[in-house]
Amino acid sequence: MGTTLAEKLWNDHLVRKGEDGAPDLIYIDLHMCHEVTSPQAFEGLRLADRPVRRPDLTIATEDHNTPTLNIDLPIADETSRVQINTLRDNAKEFGVRIHSLGDADQGVVHVVGPQLGITMPGMTIVCGDSHTSTHGAFGSLAFGIGTSEVEHVLATQTLPLAPFKTMAINVKGTLPNGTTAKDIILAVIAKIGTGGGQGYVLEYRGEAIRSLSMEARMTVCNMSIEAGARAGLIAPDQTTFDYVNGRPHAPEGADWDAAVEYWKTLVTDEDAVFDAEIVLEASDLEPFVTWGTNPGQGLPISASVPNPADIADETEREAAANALAYMGLTPGTPLREIHIDTVFLGSCTNGRIEDLRAAADIIKGRTKAESTRMLVVPGSARVRLQAEAEGLDKVFLDFGAEWRNAGCSMCLGMNPDQLAPQERSASTSNRNFEGRQGKGGRTHLVSPLVAAATAVRGTLSTPADLDAASSNSAVGALA
Amino acid sequence: MEKFTTHTGVGVPLRRSNVDTDQIIPAVYLKRVTKTGFEDALFAAWRGDPDFVLNQEEYKHGSVLVAGPDFGTGSSREHAVWALKDYGFKVVLATRFADIFRGNSGKQGLLTGIISQESIELLWKLIETEPGKEITVSLEDRTVTCGELTVPFEIDDYVRWRLMEGLDDIGLTLQHEEDITAFEATRESWRPKTLPAKTEPKQHIEAARPVA
Repeated sequence: MGTTLAEKLWNDHLVRKGEDGAPDLIYIDLHMCHEVTSPQAFEGLRLADRPVRRPDLTIATEDHNTPTLNIDLPIADETSRVQINTLRDNAKEFGVRIHSLGDADQGVVHVVGPQLGITMPGMTIVCGDSHTSTHGAFGSLAFGIGTSEVEHVLATQTLPLAPFKTMAINVKGTLPNGTTAKDIILAVIAKIGTGGGQGYVLEYRGEAIRSLSMEARMTVCNMSIEAGARAGLIAPDQTTFDYVNGRPHAPEGADWDAAVEYWKTLVTDEDAVFDAEIVLEASDLEPFVTWGTNPGQGLPISASVPNPADIADETEREAAANALAYMGLTPGTPLREIHIDTVFLGSCTNGRIEDLRAAADIIKGRTKAESTRMLVVPGSARVRLQAEAEGLDKVFLDFGAEWRNAGCSMCLGMNPDQLAPQERSASTSNRNFEGRQGKGGRTHLVSPLVAAATAVRGTLSTPADLDAASSNSAVGALA
Repeated sequence: MEKFTTHTGVGVPLRRSNVDTDQIIPAVYLKRVTKTGFEDALFAAWRGDPDFVLNQEEYKHGSVLVAGPDFGTGSSREHAVWALKDYGFKVVLATRFADIFRGNSGKQGLLTGIISQESIELLWKLIETEPGKEITVSLEDRTVTCGELTVPFEIDDYVRWRLMEGLDDIGLTLQHEEDITAFEATRESWRPKTLPAKTEPKQHIEAARPVA
């Protein structure tokens, strides 16, 4: 019997097979750190008088707590300032490479790795952050870990792990216009539920996945954790190789050839068997938006706010009723009629250059809805520079959006970018939990296309809604 | 991690069930950057109550916590274990522990012994009748002794072995350091290294300003 891609990656990083029920010891190729989950891990090393085993396989950036305004001034919030200074001190003491606020390579850790070319196929990648699954888009086994495990990797460059189960997510057909990778993953989560992936590594396959760009594949893998999965994977192909080639840390010469030769073997064998398998038809997809307070509570935008009374399962019915109460929504309201106060474009899910381009393309020459603000936060300082070189900053500013510095920003309520109580957002981020974007804030997860169209109309919208509106007004003008 | 064979210390009765990790350490204390110094955060919400057991002179320096069932439920925060350890606890005894809490305890050298409710009641009676009375916990014999009373407790064999050897997960892994070094020798040269750092040319990043 053949093996799956996840199993191949596991086997290729097996330092030691566990005996008598003990876990396997797995080698870690890359460990990324940020300011929030690393301080106690470094402290643990200090207390035990242990060094970082492989500083040359470790990298740190500042992202969760950093402000996206006035980054040249001292950080106002004391807790954030202490955490960031602690990371800087630890990096210095232990010889770890760090990209600090103001550095051209600073940004959300999951955007920085791929753009530097230190994320590539065939690796094991960890970080004290659940969205590490992003890097699975390259055909690497990438997952989030806790603080004790951060310390364990710093000290040993390995982790004791029990094997995962494997699940194939087959996305057939072609995505319709106006739908994106974000809609695929929101539809997957709505289908299998927020716990549906528990214990599994998900491998996304099929024609619709193959035709996605690397940025789009990262969006899909990023939200694997929202289905409860340990990791998400996509087999590497020419799209992957082309993305990696020429980046600062990409292999060169003979190393590149050897790497590509190996990477081409990183596919699930024809006769391999997954522990579970689901199928999704891409051509059936519409832009998806969430209406509730977990990422599985999503619907196509043409739908209406569901009525909890229609839900058969008691636990789900109760969850839906609680979610609607928190979100301030009435059953039966068409999703398109929901007014949005703030549009957030950014995060490790949708803060890459392609996301900014797609949104800019829609708003160009249009005017922002007066009662809606739009925050555009590049995923990294390099993304910001690239966008500025392409003139996208001008497009956003002319539209009336705010153009910020890089960071996690409004994805999570840990820095100054937060929703006020009852403020409603359309957000390209990954979690719509209660209070995630600020205490009492109400989040609708959307794609960058829906985010842009929503900023134009002020209610949840798709780009097609704008075309319809402009042709209507043209007709009106003629009449 | 220190090797654990036996421990003798003052027994502290905690007559509550379902003590979750939010009660052990409230979220507000999670913003700290240290792994030690959480002693003041332990049971923070209860410490203001003069009647709380740890506010009584005889129990103040206790190190063996005798708790009600389902201790350590809720959030996975490792800070709960750090807080108990920092306060001075070496052992927690209860009829049931939450899985994650028990796992975290094993990693940090805090012994969580599973004991019958009948034994818990007997221990409570002894340490409440005679506050400050010491309890001896023998990991080797898997027994708890308080005065004339000796009762057994249960603990996972693998965890017991690790505690007795004084091995944390990292220490355990480093026993196989030769395997790690041997594996590293086989790693292909294309695999990326973060050092020496390579980047595109450094550029100045303009600070964004608030919109007026």
